[in-house]
Parts: sequence; C-alpha cells; structure tokens
Amino acid sequence: MMPGIATFADAFLAAPLPLAAINWHSFFFLLFAALACGFAVAVVAAENVVRMALYLVLSLGATAGLFFLAGAEFVGAMQLMIYVGGTLVLLVFGVMLTAQAPFVSIKGSGRDKVVAGVMGAVLLAVLLQAALSVKAWRAPAIGVVANPAATPIGMALVGVRVDEPGVGAPAKNVRPGYLLPFEIVSIHLLVVLVGAAYLARAKRRKTPRAIEVAASVEPPASVAEHAAIGRDRRRGGSVLAGGR
Amino acid sequence: MADFLINTVGLPAWLAWMVAAVVAAVLILHVIAGGALVFIWAERKIAGRIQDRLGPTRTGGKFGWLQSLADGIKLLAKEDLMPDGADGMLFRIAPYVSFCASFCAFICLPFAFDVVGQRLNVGVFFVIAVLGLEVFGVILAGYASASKWSLFGAMREAAQVVSYEVPLGMCVVVPVMLAGSMDLVTIAEKQAGWFTNWFLFHDPFTFVVFWIYVTCAVASVNRAPFDLAEAESELVAGFHTEYSGLRWSFFFMAEYGSMFLVSALAAVLFMGGWNGPIPVATLVGLSEGTGDTAHYLVRLIGLANLLGKATLGVLVMMWIRWTLPRLRIDQVMTTCLKYCTPLAAAMFLGAMLWQIALPGGVVPVLRRPAAEIREGWLQGPGGAVRSRDADGAKVAQVKS
Repeated sequence: MMPGIATFADAFLAAPLPLAAINWHSFFFLLFAALACGFAVAVVAAENVVRMALYLVLSLGATAGLFFLAGAEFVGAMQLMIYVGGTLVLLVFGVMLTAQAPFVSIKGSGRDKVVAGVMGAVLLAVLLQAALSVKAWRAPAIGVVANPAATPIGMALVGVRVDEPGVGAPAKNVRPGYLLPFEIVSIHLLVVLVGAAYLARAKRRKTPRAIEVAASVEPPASVAEHAAIGRDRRRGGSVLAGGR
Repeated sequence: MADFLINTVGLPAWLAWMVAAVVAAVLILHVIAGGALVFIWAERKIAGRIQDRLGPTRTGGKFGWLQSLADGIKLLAKEDLMPDGADGMLFRIAPYVSFCASFCAFICLPFAFDVVGQRLNVGVFFVIAVLGLEVFGVILAGYASASKWSLFGAMREAAQVVSYEVPLGMCVVVPVMLAGSMDLVTIAEKQAGWFTNWFLFHDPFTFVVFWIYVTCAVASVNRAPFDLAEAESELVAGFHTEYSGLRWSFFFMAEYGSMFLVSALAAVLFMGGWNGPIPVATLVGLSEGTGDTAHYLVRLIGLANLLGKATLGVLVMMWIRWTLPRLRIDQVMTTCLKYCTPLAAAMFLGAMLWQIALPGGVVPVLRRPAAEIREGWLQGPGGAVRSRDADGAKVAQVKS
C-alpha cells in the first residue's frame, strides 16, 4: 500500500468531480458515433474527390472504433481492412481520373441538392423508424451477451428467428428470417462487381498505355503498332510479317 | 497496470484506466521515436561501411553517435514550406496520417509476456490491416503536393503496397494456422522453449514462407530494393519531394516505425517472439507467471529478446538496402504477382498438408510433448484468471 498517494488521490478527488460520474463507455460511443456521422456529412459536402475520400476513410475508421468499443475486434479489423483499405483503392482511382482540370472540383447544382436532400431525408426516416422499432435495443441486452456466438440477428440472417415466440411452432407460424434479403443483397453486389469489371474493361481499350498494360495479353507496344498488328490479323497475315 | 493503480495506489477506476492508457501510449511512442534515432545513426554507419567509408565520426565524440540528434535539431529549425498550388489541409495532415497508422499497429504488438499495449484476439489481422493504411498518408502527400514527382511516387507506392498485401497476408496465415490463434501473445507463447520450437523451423514450408514474408515485408514498408516511391534517380524524392522540416521527419519516423514493426512481427510469428533461442529462465527455474519479483526479470529478458530480434531484422533490411540495386516498377510487380503470391500459396498448402500428415514433426526428440505446452498464458501474475468475464466486470466497475 502507498498511503501517501492514496491520501493525495482522495484529497484530489474529494471535490465533486463530474468526471467520475460520466459513463465512459457511452462517452466514447457518442464520440465515435459523432465522428462517423460528422465525417459522413463532410463527404457529401466536400467538393474535391480526394478530400471526400479522406473524410470517407475517417468516417469508416470511426465506425471501426465503434466496433472495437463493442468488443467486436474481428469486425473492427475487418472494417479497417475491407472498407478503409478499399477506399484507398478508390482514392487512387479518384486521383488518376481527376488529374484533369474539369473534374478536380465536383459541385452539384441547387436542384440536385434539393433532390438529394429529399431522398436522404426519406431514407433516414425509414432507417430511424426501423431502428427505433426494435424493442430489444431499449432493454438491457443480457440475452445477447450470454451467447455472443449467435445473436438473434445473426441467427435471423441465416434464416432462423429465435427472437419470435413461435420457435417450436409449425413452420407456417414462424416468420421467415433475413436469409432472402441477405442473399438478394449479395447477388446485387455480384451484379455491381460484374458491371464494374465490364466498365473497366471497356475503358482499358481506349487507353492501352495504362498501368494495367502489364497484365494484358499484348506486350506493351505503341498505339500505332497495336493498330498495325490488328490490321495484319484482319488481313490474315502473320504478326511477324507486319514489319516488327 | 490499471489493477495495480486501483488496488494498491487507490486511484478511482476511470483515472487508473486513463493513466494506464497514457503510459502505454507514451512507451510505444518512445519505441518509435527512440528507435528511429538509433536506426538512422545505424543506417548511416552501415551505409558508410558498405560503401567503404566511415559514416559520421565527429558529432558527439566517438562514432558520431549524436548525429541523429543533430539532424533532429536541424529539422526542427528548418522552414516549413508548402508549394503554391498545394491542397493545404491535405498537405498538412498527410504526415500525421502516415505516422498514426504506424503507431496504431504497435498497440497490439507484444514486447514480452504480458507487456502489450492492448491484447487483441485478432492481433495479427489488426496489425496487417492498420499497416496497410500507412500508404494512405503517402497518397495524400503525393496528391496534395501539386507536383508531378510526388504524384508519380505516390501512385507507385499505392500499386506496390496494395499488391504486396496479398502475399504478405498469405505468409502471415501460416503461423496463425500452426498456432490456432490470431492472438499475437498466443502465437509467441506456442513457440516457447528451445529454438527448435520456433515456427521458422517447424517444417520446410514455414522456412520458405519466412523468406517470402521477409521479401514482402521489405516491399510493403518501401525499403530498397523496392523503394520505387522515392526513387531519387527518377523522381527527385518521390512523394516527399515538397516536404521539409518536421513534416518530412514524420514520414521518416513512420518508415522506421514500420520497419521495426514488420521485424518485430516476423520475430513474433516465426522466431518465437520474446522466447529466446535457449530458454534460460526456464532452465534456471523461473517462469513468467509465478507472481513474485523474479517474473519481472523474466519479462525483462523477454523484452531484450524481442527487441534484439526486431533490431536484427531492421539491420538486415539496411544491409539489403545498401547492397542490392533498385528494381524497376515492372520487376517489382513481377516479383509480387508471379513469384511471391504463387509461392506463398503453394507453401501455405504444403504447411497445411504437413500439419495433417506429421503433426508431431519429423524428429520427435526435439519437439515438446503436447502436455508440456503451458496453458498458463491466460493467467496473469498471482494466478488471477484474465478472461473476457473479468474484463467485463472491470467495464461494469468503470460504468458504476
């Protein structure tokens, strides 16, 4: 024991310190939540693509902080790896595509802003309604902590509703889980992926001197040579006869 | 430490936790800054010796050991310039982004038994995820400098780091698989005992994986021969062309911090972490968890072990840097995509099959029997079981 320091600490804290009364978990939750929301707004408000990417990274990083705060370390690290790392690639493309002057600043017209605002407000209303209608969030979450491996929402995502009263009842009385929406979202992402690949492929044809040229089938040749090779092939002649 | 502050010193819980956090953060900061100071001096001396000259000799008396400090004072006194067309906010924030990423990765790195900033059960994953963010500051710097050299350097670095994360991740998975945990503390604990227990010597596949890891680690921290981002023969100084003074030195602290980090990670993953090649403490009869004063001594030995291994890794990186010529960008990409990635994948498969076929190893005498593997890593000093429940109780204590 160190009584001297203890007495000092007691004297120091004898004054009604509001700090001791703060729920620090809530404090950090609110801090990270405010950071995430604030930077999300900044993404929309910013005009420069690179600054947007920076704000997006900060917003996603604050979300990762929320996950770490909740003790979901794996999800937090995943958030950092996938979303923040993915934004990194987004940033690279942003820089590459907006090196030309007309795209450096992106400014929407007034009409765009009104439409975007209305759409955002409607979506926010739907989200808030959905979030506030979950009863379990307002009750102490003891049941969730007891079995952290499979929370009700996790079970619902794989199609089993454990939070509904009719678990043991015949199948027609049990409400379905979120398996179908989950799969639809996955398919949607797959479609987006295919679309992005298609768009990227179409673009590469226009600019054969991009960095990815090393990965393409043709050896890095000048545009004129490419054209010459193409002509030879169309005529049925050999590539080597094309004067290389 | 927070327990000590609460129980022995008598601080209230919130203050104790805060003091513990600040102490850990300041210690990590010292590892990075002090390490950079020593390593920059060592780099000058090593470069000098390899190029058949002496390196710094005058500053601070013998061996020029005050050279880095003099450099630091010079950098502090330098004017902080910003190009005319630069994006001011991004230009200013970029060095800090780089440094923060390097710093954050240290948080869950175990320096010795129970000497870890914050033990995460996905430590390896966290380190790899955060380390990849360092390139973010570089890209911001390259873009915001409004200079073509900077932009070229940043784009090269982005392409390189994003590519090398793939084989690096595959290499890291192998020790994770052998240890059965992503927790860095557990991985190091599984390699306790003689150096034959190190994952480096676990089987031939892990031995090869270690060298792939070294290659990818050197590339991912942008050291020569992979330092395309700052190729001074082509790009002036790459992404930090426009930087001067303290901001520039932040980039360098981040670089040396990352070098130390990947070396320490190699030590933890493949070379037994804080367990020395010869288990001196165990032979004498001491152990980390005994709860008396001696266990501090054991931890000190462990700390020296890990720091020594990590320093050795950094010195090897310097040796490589001043020996090999710089690769071209297409050679860098070829090394990654055509050699490192397939090789890492094949070795991963091999290590997996080895683990299934020969879980006991080839030479059973050298392997520890399974019963001897200590399960005491869950127990802190004094035998107190540290688990999620105990942490939860602490959180509840803080709340109330």
